[in-house]
Amino acid sequence: MTAEQLRHAIARRAFLGKTAQGVGAVALASLACPQPASAAPLRGVLAPPPLPQRAKRVIWLTMAGGPSHLETFDHKPKLAELDGQPMPESMTKGQQLAQLQGQKLVCFGPQHAFKPMGPNGTHLCELFPQIGSVLGDICLIRSMTTDAINHDPAHMFMNTGSQIAGRPSMGSWVTYGLGSESADLPGFVVLTSLGKGGQNQPIAARQWSSGFLPSRYQGVQLRGKGDPVLYLGNPAGMTRDRQGLDIAAINALNAQHDALTGDPEIATRIAQYEMAFAMQASVPGLMDMAAESPQTLDLYGCRPGDGSFASNCLLARRLAERGVRFIQLYHKDWDHHGGVKEGITYKAQEIDRACMALITDLKNRGMLDNTLIVWAGEFGRTPMSQGGSGRDHHNKAMSVWLAGGGIKGGLVYGSTDDLGYAAVEKVCTVHDLHATMLNQLGIRHDAFTVKFQGLDAKLTGVEGANVLTDILA
Amino acid sequence: MVPSFVRAQGAWRECVLALCLAAPAAAAENTAAIQFNRDIRPLLSDNCFHCHGPDSSHRQADLRLDVRDEAVASGAIVPGKAAESSLVERIYSTDPDLVMPPPESHKKLDAKQQALLARWIAEGAVYQKHWAYEPPVKATVPAGTKAIDHLVGARLATLGLKPSAEADRRTLIRRLAFDLTGLPPTPEDVEAFVNDPSPDAYEKLVDQLLASPHYGERMAIGWLDVVRFADTIGYHSDNPRNIWPYRDYVIRAFNDNKPFDRFTIEQLAGDLVPDANQETRIASAFNRLLLTTEEGGAQPKDYEARMLTDRVRAVGAVWLGQTIGCAGCHDHKFDPITMRDFYALGAFFADVEERAIGKREDGMVVAPPEELKRLADLDAVLAAAKQKLGAVVPQLDAAQKQWEHDITAYDVTLPELRPDTKATDAEKKTATQVAATLKKEFATRNGNEREAIQKYFRTVVSPQLFRGEQDAFAKAEKDRNDFYGSLTKCLVTVKKPAPSVVRILPRGNWMDESGEVIKPAFPGYLPAAAIAGREPNRLDLAQWIVSRDHPLTARVVMNRLWKQFFGTGLSRVLDDLGAQGEPPVHPDLLDWLACEFMDSKWDMKHMVRTIVTSATYKQSSVAPAAAIAADPANRELARQSAWRVDAELVRDAALATSGLLVRTIGGPSVKPYQPDGYWENLNFPARTYPADTAEKQYRRGLYTWWQRSFLHPSMLAFDAPSREECCAERTRSNIPQQALALLNDPSYVETSRVFAARIIKEGGSTAEERIAWAWRQVLQRLPRVEELETVMPLYRQHLPAYQADRAAAESLVKVGFAPAAAGVDAAELAAWTHVARVLLNLHETITRN
Repeated sequence: MTAEQLRHAIARRAFLGKTAQGVGAVALASLACPQPASAAPLRGVLAPPPLPQRAKRVIWLTMAGGPSHLETFDHKPKLAELDGQPMPESMTKGQQLAQLQGQKLVCFGPQHAFKPMGPNGTHLCELFPQIGSVLGDICLIRSMTTDAINHDPAHMFMNTGSQIAGRPSMGSWVTYGLGSESADLPGFVVLTSLGKGGQNQPIAARQWSSGFLPSRYQGVQLRGKGDPVLYLGNPAGMTRDRQGLDIAAINALNAQHDALTGDPEIATRIAQYEMAFAMQASVPGLMDMAAESPQTLDLYGCRPGDGSFASNCLLARRLAERGVRFIQLYHKDWDHHGGVKEGITYKAQEIDRACMALITDLKNRGMLDNTLIVWAGEFGRTPMSQGGSGRDHHNKAMSVWLAGGGIKGGLVYGSTDDLGYAAVEKVCTVHDLHATMLNQLGIRHDAFTVKFQGLDAKLTGVEGANVLTDILA
Repeated sequence: MVPSFVRAQGAWRECVLALCLAAPAAAAENTAAIQFNRDIRPLLSDNCFHCHGPDSSHRQADLRLDVRDEAVASGAIVPGKAAESSLVERIYSTDPDLVMPPPESHKKLDAKQQALLARWIAEGAVYQKHWAYEPPVKATVPAGTKAIDHLVGARLATLGLKPSAEADRRTLIRRLAFDLTGLPPTPEDVEAFVNDPSPDAYEKLVDQLLASPHYGERMAIGWLDVVRFADTIGYHSDNPRNIWPYRDYVIRAFNDNKPFDRFTIEQLAGDLVPDANQETRIASAFNRLLLTTEEGGAQPKDYEARMLTDRVRAVGAVWLGQTIGCAGCHDHKFDPITMRDFYALGAFFADVEERAIGKREDGMVVAPPEELKRLADLDAVLAAAKQKLGAVVPQLDAAQKQWEHDITAYDVTLPELRPDTKATDAEKKTATQVAATLKKEFATRNGNEREAIQKYFRTVVSPQLFRGEQDAFAKAEKDRNDFYGSLTKCLVTVKKPAPSVVRILPRGNWMDESGEVIKPAFPGYLPAAAIAGREPNRLDLAQWIVSRDHPLTARVVMNRLWKQFFGTGLSRVLDDLGAQGEPPVHPDLLDWLACEFMDSKWDMKHMVRTIVTSATYKQSSVAPAAAIAADPANRELARQSAWRVDAELVRDAALATSGLLVRTIGGPSVKPYQPDGYWENLNFPARTYPADTAEKQYRRGLYTWWQRSFLHPSMLAFDAPSREECCAERTRSNIPQQALALLNDPSYVETSRVFAARIIKEGGSTAEERIAWAWRQVLQRLPRVEELETVMPLYRQHLPAYQADRAAAESLVKVGFAPAAAGVDAAELAAWTHVARVLLNLHETITRN
């Protein structure tokens, strides 16, 4: 535009300004509140999913730090008998240990009693009676193993199936495959909580990274403090109306630019601003638990906004209701190198009721059938003592459990040896867990690939994986 | 076991016959000459090599299709006789037990691909060596023509496509400024260029931008991605390390146009070059950029193995464009890279001093000679003081022993512990501890206890005894440490006296020590270096990488460079020029660029200039729908492309427009505003994030503190990589987090309100003039009528609203650390802040086209 044309434009503008609101203002008024309906849910590449879909979504309860299976779900009376005695060398010789590498290995009996619970009298640690009360809905796997033995690589392996950074996490894979059902929330949401005890192992954002998949599939962290989503809140002094006016103007100007250049990215950008504006309303609505009944709050045992694991479980249910595909909760402080007895007591107080509540609540709402809940740490812990009161990292045995989403309840799958050192019966790998989860979501794990660095990269890796068909309902 | 074709029944035979007898009238694509590298290798690689390729341990039926002789010997391929080739039989088979690729592989050849393979065999099954392993050949170009335009034009002509017209000058300068400096041009720059009548106006502009110190910053961004430069160690605690001088080295190298071969050698072996100096040693920080851990319980051998593979992957990504990492556990499935090649490459780095676990050392002091001299002087003073103190230590110790004896023998209460003491609580505490320790036998006291008693004796009991010597030592120590603490340090490569032993790790398992010991060696499938009679070292590796007959390096680097200027590499897969990558659309062009790069003695600025002064580069990115439909991904280059600029440049453009940008080059990484609590999941130690103040708040994006596990959220939103792994190509996404960041990140709110103050002060008196002025600042053009008609009502709605709500206006115009604009009405400023904000959020603003 030349200066002459501009002068003309300005004159015309002044005229419009005097005589009427002008087309711009009219357009603006109609755009002032971008319509939520215009934002579409994220589409997946697998539509429809190739297999029958038993689970529409996942809630993954990550117990970060490495929960001791020996003080939670794996009953080992023999270990109690051998407490204080040397660990049989035949078991441990030449094997990978973490901080106990090269040290004298002594058996360390379970620090809490176990009691029969659930329909089949399954022995669980007595600190977990609430989980015990819903064992009928739970499949407990006692024979899980992993490759990694340090927190960071072990989380990576559990989330991405690889110990090398840069791979997509499972939540990204699943949203990439299935998309999301929510138009105004991300498809993959992450929440973290911290318990008492102070073994607060760091968790890197790479754990919910989309890796080599497009960034729109990355996990979005919902935070307990500050903006629940980064940069969600308007700047100081700015109301939602004012924000809406700006977004309307941005989108109108972008649309004009689009008409001139035909760049398809512009339409996408307009949609992203609409989505951002929608999220600015929907996320606070999601976080506002005022509508939750006192009974529900009592069930979970939380106060809204207290940032607890229980509160996050309730948020997880709300996210699930809103169509979010993959919800991952991290509850930290399970790294009990010392003081495992007290440590587990704290953890039990923090998670036992909440886990039961989540299962019960979903069940009451008819959502447990199509929601797959997974409870897992990144590795297990040694039956050997560390420093007389704790346990070291351990990758040959760990307990995980699944519920809902077409998983057989009331089942105990696999077992470890008498001392809980190694999985011996129906040994499972992390890749098997992933394959099973994908299977329940309607995805063939061995066919769900993306070309990366020349390979058909899969969540379940190159070594092969098996769907754990025995645990499917 | 390959079934005999005699058994073959069914439709495939007819298909093949039909194909071999195909009439000349068949579609053009069915008659074009087949090129193995372009047409066949990608099919074989993706569908067959996984089981019938280079990896011998996984090979099925002892059949190998990547080597012609073996494929022919096995009967899979009978050259000239498609119908007799078991390969053809199997790919056409309808029997799920026989068909190739097998159903469980989830690979499938479509009809066209099947036909192509059959035709290729029918025509003699001519193999070519993989294109990227052949030396590049420089095409002859008619005198007086530009090679890029000649080669692109020739291909366009065969395809019946026409190049687009040259973009207008405003677009050209904006494009050049973003591509060469990463900063938008000022309206004055644009005006000068638009009005420059000289025939070489464009070339002058290119030279001017190449000479800008911001050129090095722009070029550094891609390099820092591919070498995975970051301020933190990566794993677990993700603690800081001293590394930023390397980033500045990279910027300097591009600005000084350091020949790329030298640039490479300095990074891999800056400690080994004959003229090693501070600069080359900083460059050698390259070998230290990998991920490390401080996690308790981490096993040294585990992390030694991780580091070896990390370094080999880096060489593969940065220079060779090979996915060598795949060969850490098995021979490569698609490329002729063996496990031995992998570990032999790793062995080149076995001499690099690197703790397997734990905090990184401070690194080399990076300072000018006079400061190094001062440090040496202070070290000398400290050594002398230490010696003098050492001379009197026996007497001090004897006195202390006597005192200890007396105290114990006579059961003396220390003065601080007597009832009438005036000692402070801290003094009492110290004395209590000392008294307790004194009761222990000397042999049972630990190091801290012994030190505490010594300190108590020397400072409290007999402070005057050899006071001079003690003070001199304390002062010398403090002086030295204070000065040392103030100096810049950088992790660099330090050669170990004896290299670590490198073994092949079977299946990549670090606990398996049964593998063969491996010495440094060059991959067998690439041209060897002429080194005889000694073991090659890292310097040899570096020189080999940039040797004239290396087929990969120049291609890899030019392919990445091309992407910077056209949005896509000539071979689309930047980090893999192997079989699973993409044969380049313009192999002759990529080869020409690679040869020219080497012939110019690896002159990077020459190559950049050559590319951006081509007519191909200068084309408009706007094209008619038909042209776009003919080549949607713009691989044929009949137009330019448009794309959203990199994360760093999004920030830079906003800062530059607002006037807040501080254009200092280099220095420690900086901390722009970041949401509170963003680092809450970091620990050991827990960390706070104090945002930098003053000038450090307004630095370019590439200086942002690169926290690998929690990269700054605005950077992350715009696809800046975490740099945990080498990243040759960033994704370019378009996600709601980008909208949220541009709208609400205080950095962008602050730039908007500071820019708004400029609009009011510098933009003229009427709203229309101001809008026009603002448009020119941000987009280097005047607004169109419809744009004015959109923005004017926005301004007119916001202004009265803020006049009625002055408190809101006051808070909006105070976001950020920048001082509030003086003498401007807050409501007015707030309303213009909205206009500025809208402009800074536009797609066009953050797009280079």
